[in-house]
Amino acid sequence: MRPRIQLLSPEVIGRILREAFELLMDPGVRVGSAPVVELLRSAGVEVAAGVADNDGVARIPERLVQQCLASAPRDFYLYNRQGEKAVHYGGDDVHFDPGSCCVQMLDPETLEARPSETRDLVRIVQVTETLPQFAAQSTAVVCSDACGDSRAASAIGDLYRLFVVLQHSDKPVVTGSFSAAGLQGMIDLLAADSGSPDKLRQQPRAVFDVCPSPPLNWSEFGSRNLLDLARAGVPAQIVSMPLAGGTAPVTLAGSVTQHAAEVLAGITLHQLAGPGSPVVWGGAPAIFDMRTGGAPMGAVETAMLNMACAEVGKRLGLPTHGYLVATDSKLVDAQAGAESARSAMLGALAGINMISGAGMLESLACFSVEKLVIDAESIASAYRLARGIDVRGDEVRGDEVPSEKARGEKVPRETLATAMFAQTGLSGEFLKLKETRALFRQEQHLPSPVIDRSARGSEPASDVFTRARIRVDELVSKYRKPTLSEDVLRKFQAIVDREADRAGVVGTETGKNVGAATGTTLGALGG
Amino acid sequence: MSDPLFGAMRQSIIDGAPDTATELAHQALANGIDPLEAVNQGFAAGIKFAGDQFGCGEMFLPDLLASAEAMKAAIKILEPEMLKRGSEREALGKIVLGTARGDIHDIGKNLVATILSASGFQIFDLGTSVTPEQFVAKAKEVDADIVGVSALLTTTMAGQKAVIEALDRNGLRPRVKAIIGGAAVTAKWAAEIGADGFSRNAIDALELAKNLMGKVMNEVRSKGIAEA
Repeated sequence: MRPRIQLLSPEVIGRILREAFELLMDPGVRVGSAPVVELLRSAGVEVAAGVADNDGVARIPERLVQQCLASAPRDFYLYNRQGEKAVHYGGDDVHFDPGSCCVQMLDPETLEARPSETRDLVRIVQVTETLPQFAAQSTAVVCSDACGDSRAASAIGDLYRLFVVLQHSDKPVVTGSFSAAGLQGMIDLLAADSGSPDKLRQQPRAVFDVCPSPPLNWSEFGSRNLLDLARAGVPAQIVSMPLAGGTAPVTLAGSVTQHAAEVLAGITLHQLAGPGSPVVWGGAPAIFDMRTGGAPMGAVETAMLNMACAEVGKRLGLPTHGYLVATDSKLVDAQAGAESARSAMLGALAGINMISGAGMLESLACFSVEKLVIDAESIASAYRLARGIDVRGDEVRGDEVPSEKARGEKVPRETLATAMFAQTGLSGEFLKLKETRALFRQEQHLPSPVIDRSARGSEPASDVFTRARIRVDELVSKYRKPTLSEDVLRKFQAIVDREADRAGVVGTETGKNVGAATGTTLGALGG
Repeated sequence: MSDPLFGAMRQSIIDGAPDTATELAHQALANGIDPLEAVNQGFAAGIKFAGDQFGCGEMFLPDLLASAEAMKAAIKILEPEMLKRGSEREALGKIVLGTARGDIHDIGKNLVATILSASGFQIFDLGTSVTPEQFVAKAKEVDADIVGVSALLTTTMAGQKAVIEALDRNGLRPRVKAIIGGAAVTAKWAAEIGADGFSRNAIDALELAKNLMGKVMNEVRSKGIAEA
C-alpha cells in the first residue's frame, strides 16, 4: 500500500472548483494582451474594459473551461537527450528538480550571498546531473556575469541560462521565459537540440513555467507565453502563486480556490490556442508573512497549500507541479534541513508530479549547491517513505528511485518473518541470510556520506555543511560533460547570436558580459 | 495641555477602528479642539505606537494597515478645518512612489505608501510598471524630496538603476533622494546602483524616509548658509 496524505475531502474539492468557476465570471480575469483578448472573444468570451489602459477583464464561462479541460492531456512525458522517457507528468508519479531563476549564490567560504554567475549555474547543473534524485534540471540561477544589469543583456538572460544547461546536461529541463519576445529563441534552441520543431513536439525535452499574477491576472507576457507554447506544442507549467493574506484570501482554502481559478483560466487560454498541447496544473502558492511581508517557502502552511492545490489538479485528472524543498533560512542550517526535508516528504506523499525548489535558501532569494546535495538526501528519504512498506509475496512494484529500479534484484516471495526464522531459529544470525543480502537495498535507503551515521571516532564530529561541501566536490569530479555534435553547437551559437542582436546587445556595451553572452561562450564553458 | 479625548484618539488608531476615529474627530471639532493638536497629540501618537509595536513583533501587517486606514479616516474629517485655519499639518516630505518598469507587483509599494502617508508624508503614487521618464516628470512636477522605486522581480531590478540614472541625468540628485525596495533588493545592490537607501519593510521605509528628510533639510540649510 502506498502511503498518501489527503488534506481536502472530495466535497471540499467540489466546493473549491465551484467557487473557482464563479470567480472566473465574477470578478473575472484580467488579461493583458491584444492577441489573448482576440482569442477569448473569438471563443465567445465577453471581455470588458480593463483595470488599466492596456488590459481587459474576461468573464470565462464554465462551459468553455470544461471544454478546454477535456482537450488537455491527462499525462505526458519529458525526454532526455537520448530520446528516452525521463519524466512522467501524470498519475501519482513524483519527480524533483532544483529551484529556478535565483539571483544569489551562497558562498560556502564566507557564508555570504553574492550575485550568481555562469560558473555557479554550471556547478549546479553538474551536481544535478549526477544525482538520481533529480529527474530534471532547472535553469537554476541568473548569470550576472553574462547577463547583468544591461537591459539588453538581461533580455536574453533566459535564453542564456537554457543554453548553458543544454550544453552541460542530458536530463529534461524545467525552464521559463520572463518576456514574451524571449520565448521563441528558447524554443528554437530546444528544437535545435531535438533535431527539429516536430521532434521537439513529439518528444519534448523541457517544460516552461508560466505565471499568472495574483490575483486573477494573466499579464501580457504570461498570457502570450501560454499561447506561444501551446502553438509550439512545448509543455507549459502554469505556476500560480497566491500569497495567502497578501495577494489572495488569508484562508488556505480561499487561496487554493484562487489558485484553481487562475490555473483554470490559464488552461483555457492555452487549450484555445493549441488544443491537446501538454499543460501542467502547477503552482508556487505560499502564505504571506504578516511580519515581513515575505513569502515563507519553508512554512508548513506553504507546503499544505501546495499539497491542496495539487489535490484539486488531480481531481481534474491533470499533471501536477508544486514548489517545495525550499527554506527561509539564509544559511544551510538546521532550519534549512527541517523545512526542506519536511516539505519534500509532504510533496512526495501528495503525489505531486514535479516538485521544484531544492537548493533554495532565503525564501527563494539565494541558492546553495551544498543545500542541493543535502536536499537530495531528504528527497531520497521522501521517496522511501512514499514507497511505503512492501509486503513480500504481494506483487512487487517498481521503485521510484531510478538507480534502485535499475538494479532490478530478484525479490523472493516470502512470508513476513516465519520463513526467515525457520532458517535462523533463535541464533539471531539474520546478517547471514540470503534474504537480507537480496532485500536490504530495497528495504533501506542507503544515504550518501552527507548523512552522518558513523560511530564517534577520535576526530571531532563534522557538521552536515562540511560534509556537503566535500560531496559537491566529489560529484563535480565524477561529472562528465555530454558530447554535443558540432552541428548542434553551431546552431546553438547562431540562435544565441541572433537573439543577442535582436535584443540589441552590442559588443562594446558591457564588455566581458556580452562576450560571455554571445560569441565567446562556447569556448569559455568548454571545461 | 492634554485633552482626555487624545487618549481615545490614540487608542482608536491602535485598534484600527476607522468609525471610532471618525467619531472622535467630529467630537474634537465640536469641542473646539485645534485639529492640528488632535492629530499630533491624539491620532498620530497611535500610529507611532503601532509602528513601534510592529517593529518589535507585537503587531502585524494587517494591524498596521488597519491603523493606517483609521488614521486616514480621522484626517479626512479634520483636514477641511485645518485648511480653514491655515494650520494644515505640514507634510514631512513629498515622496514619489512606483514599481519599476515591467513589474506589476505592488503589494510592498502599497504598504509603504500607506504607512508613509499615515505618518505624515505626502505620497504621489504612480502605480505599477513606471518608466524612468515618468518618475522624473512627477518628481519635477511636485518638487519631490524622495523618489521610491519598488521591484519584486530580479529581472525588473535593473529598472531601479534606470530610474536613478534618469534622476542623475536630469540633475535632480543629490537634492532628490532615491530609495529602493523589494524582495530581492539588498544593501549591496542599493550601494551598487548608488541609491540613497533601501529598506526591508514599510516601517523601515518610514525610518529611512525620516532620516533622509533630516538629510534633505540639513543640505538645504548648509546650502543656504553657503549661499548667504
